[in-house]
Amino acid sequence: MIPRIYIPGDSGALALGAERVAKAVRAELAERGIEAKIVRNGSRGAYFLEPMVEVATANGRVAYGPVKPSDVKSLFDCGFLTGGHHKRWLGAPDKIPFLAKQTRLTFARCGVTDPLSLDHYKAHGGLNGLQNAVAMTPADIVKQVTESGLRGRGGAGFPTGIKWKTVLDTSADRKYIVCNADEGDSGTFADRMIMEGDPFVLIEGMAIAGIATGATKGFIYIRSEYPHAVAVMQKAVEIARRAGVLGVIVLGSPNSFDMEVRVGAGAYVCGEETALLDSLEGKRGQVRAKPPLPAHKGLFGKPTVINNVISLASVPVIMDKGAAFYKDFGMGRSRGTIPIQIAGNVKYAGLYEAAFGITVGEIVDDIGGGTATGRPVKAVQVGGPLGAYFPRALFDTPFDYEAFAAKDGLIGHAGIVVFDDSADMLKQARFAMEFCAIESCGKCTPCRIGSTRGVEVLDRLAENIEPEKQIALVTDLCNTMKFGSLCALGGFTPYPVMSALNHFPDDFRPTPVAEAAE
Amino acid sequence: MTMQPASTEIASRTAAIIHELKGLEGPLLPILHGIQEEFGYVPQDALPVIAEALNISRAEVHGVVTFYHDYRSQPAGRHVLKLCQAEACQSMGSDAIAAKLKSMLGIGFHETTRDGSVTLEPVYCLGLCACSPSAMLDGEVIGRLDDEKLNEIVAEVRS
Repeated sequence: MIPRIYIPGDSGALALGAERVAKAVRAELAERGIEAKIVRNGSRGAYFLEPMVEVATANGRVAYGPVKPSDVKSLFDCGFLTGGHHKRWLGAPDKIPFLAKQTRLTFARCGVTDPLSLDHYKAHGGLNGLQNAVAMTPADIVKQVTESGLRGRGGAGFPTGIKWKTVLDTSADRKYIVCNADEGDSGTFADRMIMEGDPFVLIEGMAIAGIATGATKGFIYIRSEYPHAVAVMQKAVEIARRAGVLGVIVLGSPNSFDMEVRVGAGAYVCGEETALLDSLEGKRGQVRAKPPLPAHKGLFGKPTVINNVISLASVPVIMDKGAAFYKDFGMGRSRGTIPIQIAGNVKYAGLYEAAFGITVGEIVDDIGGGTATGRPVKAVQVGGPLGAYFPRALFDTPFDYEAFAAKDGLIGHAGIVVFDDSADMLKQARFAMEFCAIESCGKCTPCRIGSTRGVEVLDRLAENIEPEKQIALVTDLCNTMKFGSLCALGGFTPYPVMSALNHFPDDFRPTPVAEAAE
Repeated sequence: MTMQPASTEIASRTAAIIHELKGLEGPLLPILHGIQEEFGYVPQDALPVIAEALNISRAEVHGVVTFYHDYRSQPAGRHVLKLCQAEACQSMGSDAIAAKLKSMLGIGFHETTRDGSVTLEPVYCLGLCACSPSAMLDGEVIGRLDDEKLNEIVAEVRS
């Protein structure tokens, strides 16, 4: 058997030099006259170990990382093809503590399999969910997804099954499944990882959604900042089509479903579902007023399921192992698992899939290991640019939609960005307003104008001009934006602003320069 | 500097792209992506051709082109460097990285060096938040930016 070497082709691994490592491995193989197969897998998500190279040995996979191109020669010298010891030796990848403690349901294959091998996908449980689905009635599929308790992983947390039922119950000559892969929130990369590391799971989830609702056409709308994910998804769709997973007879059943990959054009607001639909239609990505719901009148005016990547990618395991299996994980009304993305100034950054209920503190301190700079943690922002900043006092908050809402925060897409004590929360609040001003679609006034006024008010505050007046003004402005905006961009920008103001008041009352001087 | 093609040539190359993509549902964004890939920017002369082919007004096409950050009205430099300025990168000092890079290149965001070698742009998240601060140079991703990597980038774009 020729040796198999796994070198991730994931963007995060590439950003840390995986391509140069692959090149060095190829050169070393050629020089030593060794024949081996190099698999470009996805990332398992332990980015502090990337590029993590694995070899398949008689005793299972053995990992090495983080591997530098300069390590490659010595890896061969140490016999790494048979798992030999080396300073980068990590042992069995699934025994690495960061990975061993996770509950991998949605990301079970990510980093393990060859992303573009349908055989590999099937060998690891892929297509079982779709096989089950084609033998069921649409109503039964919808029932199973509803009973699993799966809620929208894009941020809103709306029950996926209910959304599907609305589309199933709406009759039309044509229906659509739209996958929202416009993952624009800073601190999030779960969608990117799954598209690059296990694209078939998303395709399978969309096909199941199609069969469940009577939709025959799907679109995956991927942001243009993700060229690698776009390339992998396009290849995967082509492979799935040739294998009969997509097409007029899905897995030989009477169901028809096909899909296209579409690329965004750099507008954050297109992550909002109705703006995304307008963008797909070839318009400016402006938010639509609801109702009508996309489930009634969505893409091109037809009933449309629009779900986030992770929501759809979680469906195959539910259809494979059952609603009860999935529902068994989690807490309260948040069922199943959530891929938490640990990012920013943190020692052990990466993707951590766990059942709902794990606390912010466990993620930041125990799993994340504190800051990368070694300084104290000042704040975390959970849920992207529209998520609240939490101080250490709120680190006992569990990952649960309701628990976060009770503390004026939101899970969003479950990205968590860690900041050390050098962070200036007034500056972060100003950025939230500035970002909203840059990315506002311009349709509603509170968002379009409010964000610009917000920047101005916070700038005056930074200059210490009538600070109490500015704080009252920004509080009032946030209230207007929260309740008066058409969508979450203007509506949620107050979360980072007000949480920064409420939890870190000292940063909003700058010391006058004269006093600070010696 | 890049020579800009004549308007008749733009029209004919645009028409070919439209012909290829017109059958898609909602073809405008794919067409604009195709045009930008062909010319490196979206030329004004392409807009009436698109409007005519899709039976929409020139104002509508203009509205779409100007809405999205990706579409350029001018050709970019030979290299395009996108520097992430979003929160995860901010937490790892992206502000200081940006300031340094701007002074090394002698340009600000949305500007191109006078010799046409590089265009510098901010980007709000590359999904590389577990290896911040990050950047993208001509589609290639770079993580954990530091002084050494900045020097490498600057040397590469100037070569």
